Amino acid sequence: MSTEGVEVPAMEIHDLTVSYQKKPVLYGVDMLVPAGSMVGVVGPNGAGKSTLIKSVMGLVQFSDGWVKVFGEDIKNNISRVGYVPQRESVDWDFPVSVIDVVLMGCYGRLGLIRRPGKEEKEKAYSALKKVGLEAYEKRQIANLSGGQQQRVFLARALAQESDLYLMDEPFAGVDAATESAIVELLREIRDQGKTLIVVHHDLASAREYFDMMLLLNMRVVAFGKTEEVFTGDLLQKTYGGRLTVLSEVAEKFAKEGS
Amino acid sequence: MSRIRTIIIFGVLILSVAVHEASAARIGEIVETDPWNQMKRFITLSDRGLRLSLIGALLFGAVCGLLGSFIVVRKMALFGDAISHAVLPGVALGFLWSMSKDPVAILIGATLAGLAGSLLVEAIKRTTRIKQDAALGIVLASFFAIGLCLIRIIQNNEGASKITGLKSYLFGDVAVLDRYDIMTMGVVVILTIILFGLLYRPFLAISFDRQFAVSIGFPVRILEALFQMFLAFAIVISLQAVGVVLVSAMLITPAATAYLLVDRMHRMLWIAMGVGMLSATVGVFLSFLGSNLPTGPFMVLSASSIFTMAYLFSPKYGRFTKWLRYRARVKKVREENSLKSIYHVLESKGLESSGNAILMKDLSSHRKMSKAETVKEIKGMKRSGLVKLEGQNVSLTAEGFNKARSVVRNHRLWELYLTNEANYASDHVHDDAEKVEHFLSEEDVAELESYLDYPREDPHGKPIPGRASV
Repeated sequence: MSTEGVEVPAMEIHDLTVSYQKKPVLYGVDMLVPAGSMVGVVGPNGAGKSTLIKSVMGLVQFSDGWVKVFGEDIKNNISRVGYVPQRESVDWDFPVSVIDVVLMGCYGRLGLIRRPGKEEKEKAYSALKKVGLEAYEKRQIANLSGGQQQRVFLARALAQESDLYLMDEPFAGVDAATESAIVELLREIRDQGKTLIVVHHDLASAREYFDMMLLLNMRVVAFGKTEEVFTGDLLQKTYGGRLTVLSEVAEKFAKEGS
Repeated sequence: MSRIRTIIIFGVLILSVAVHEASAARIGEIVETDPWNQMKRFITLSDRGLRLSLIGALLFGAVCGLLGSFIVVRKMALFGDAISHAVLPGVALGFLWSMSKDPVAILIGATLAGLAGSLLVEAIKRTTRIKQDAALGIVLASFFAIGLCLIRIIQNNEGASKITGLKSYLFGDVAVLDRYDIMTMGVVVILTIILFGLLYRPFLAISFDRQFAVSIGFPVRILEALFQMFLAFAIVISLQAVGVVLVSAMLITPAATAYLLVDRMHRMLWIAMGVGMLSATVGVFLSFLGSNLPTGPFMVLSASSIFTMAYLFSPKYGRFTKWLRYRARVKKVREENSLKSIYHVLESKGLESSGNAILMKDLSSHRKMSKAETVKEIKGMKRSGLVKLEGQNVSLTAEGFNKARSVVRNHRLWELYLTNEANYASDHVHDDAEKVEHFLSEEDVAELESYLDYPREDPHGKPIPGRASV
């Protein structure tokens, strides 16, 4: 799919370090994601999974390191990246209809001023169709179930037609049937040669869903093909208690350094 | 008598317009208090000062509704309040700098003060553990206090001539608006409408999902700064008419009213602008009637009245509308239960069809209601054309019979569904079916029937009546 050949990775993260109020939450993350893969990001609560994705998207400032997307600084390639935030991050009472939200997926391409035309509206509608919500097109978004709201977010991402997707817990609060429908959809996207990086909270299903996995607990415990990484030893390292020394030092640093 | 008075007023008016072309006549300068005459003058728009006031009211009403809508959906109402207080020292400084009521100097001063206020709030939030609400409270009050001090200093130095001009910034007096004020307002309103016309979608995206807006590369910080600047503009141009204390109400109330009425942002904007203009106009009218009463409170009260109407009567979310819907539902359930009872009594005699009559006393004992209650209920249903009543004989009309049959069918279908599919014990299903029977749609029933393979009997062995249309 890429003009420069297969070896250009979809995303490369080097030594990414993030701190909240001087307290480090992510240490020196390295990651090289080949194009066309579906990567699961797993780890315990507070491991920095969302923070990793947010810092890549520029929503959280990182203190060190860099992120490249398709061989270029992410700022220059932002149009090729689609972000799906957590469902709880928005107010679902907001006065917009389902199709309004999906249309926002086209805003990036349109720029600040251009209005969505027929083409964009068709794209939004077909994205809505792919997630099976075309019957809800004109509904106000508050009248949707949690799973449906999550699918609206996915439809918006589809309308973006990105090459790399970063998704923050797309399965949170979703029923089993919706979850398998979403997984099916994500696989379809991957099979088109696109790359997905998905934060996921359930280890058992993660093994089945993803080609590659990032085991994260404030730093990278392991990153690689699912069958290589999904070992008892590495999982134990990821989930086996808090990293006491690391977090104590971080705590101390935050107090002393300020 | 009154005609002479009118003529005199007209004469004074024309004279004043002719003499002071530049500084227009002000409503406040006319001492007339007869409400009837005032009303006439209002409707005929014969008063030049009034015309200016009205144009001003329409302009700032619209712009407050527009910006207020974004404030309400972004839950920034308190922020709007803070900015409106924070501009006061800027107003005073603008006044000091130009040594007159120069609208441009005041606009610049106030906007800078507003931005300084919001930057300070951000700074407090970022560098301490104090949260937004407390930070707003601190900044709001301090800036307001500085403004009050500055105004007192100016009043002491400049003598009484300019006091009226400044006082209106505190409590609002639409009558002090002159031609230059209106022109400034016009420019601000046109700029605001152009800005939001062009950048409606980016602002919508930021308001709904800020993180997403950042992720698609929108210059969110710049847009937010632009929004705050125009918010400060809107507040400043409204300040003289409404007053610093109440101006945030003109931002919030019309927008909140619109929020109760519609579910799409662009419609909300239009309605909020309309409500803003309407309440500002009504405010001008009322203060004009009473001659020289403060306009700000009247505008805010009209906005609040419109809000109250929306709160009660909004087609979708109104409390009264909801109550009416609830009442209708209760009535429907009651009627359907009576129809069902009639059907049951008929069924027990093997007479279930329309036209066959039962006795009132059988019905009331089956329905477990007193005779009087039953009669009242049946009389109501007779008016709706569901039953016929001849003496003590009650029978169902064709329509009533169809309805009765479908309620009984719904009840028995649901019982069967629960026992077969949800593994309820057959003696547990009745109460649930009592509720569900009234709310199954035709499609639900069709789905249930095909799912259960067109059953003929419920779990208790009673026949399930066919669908009315079949």
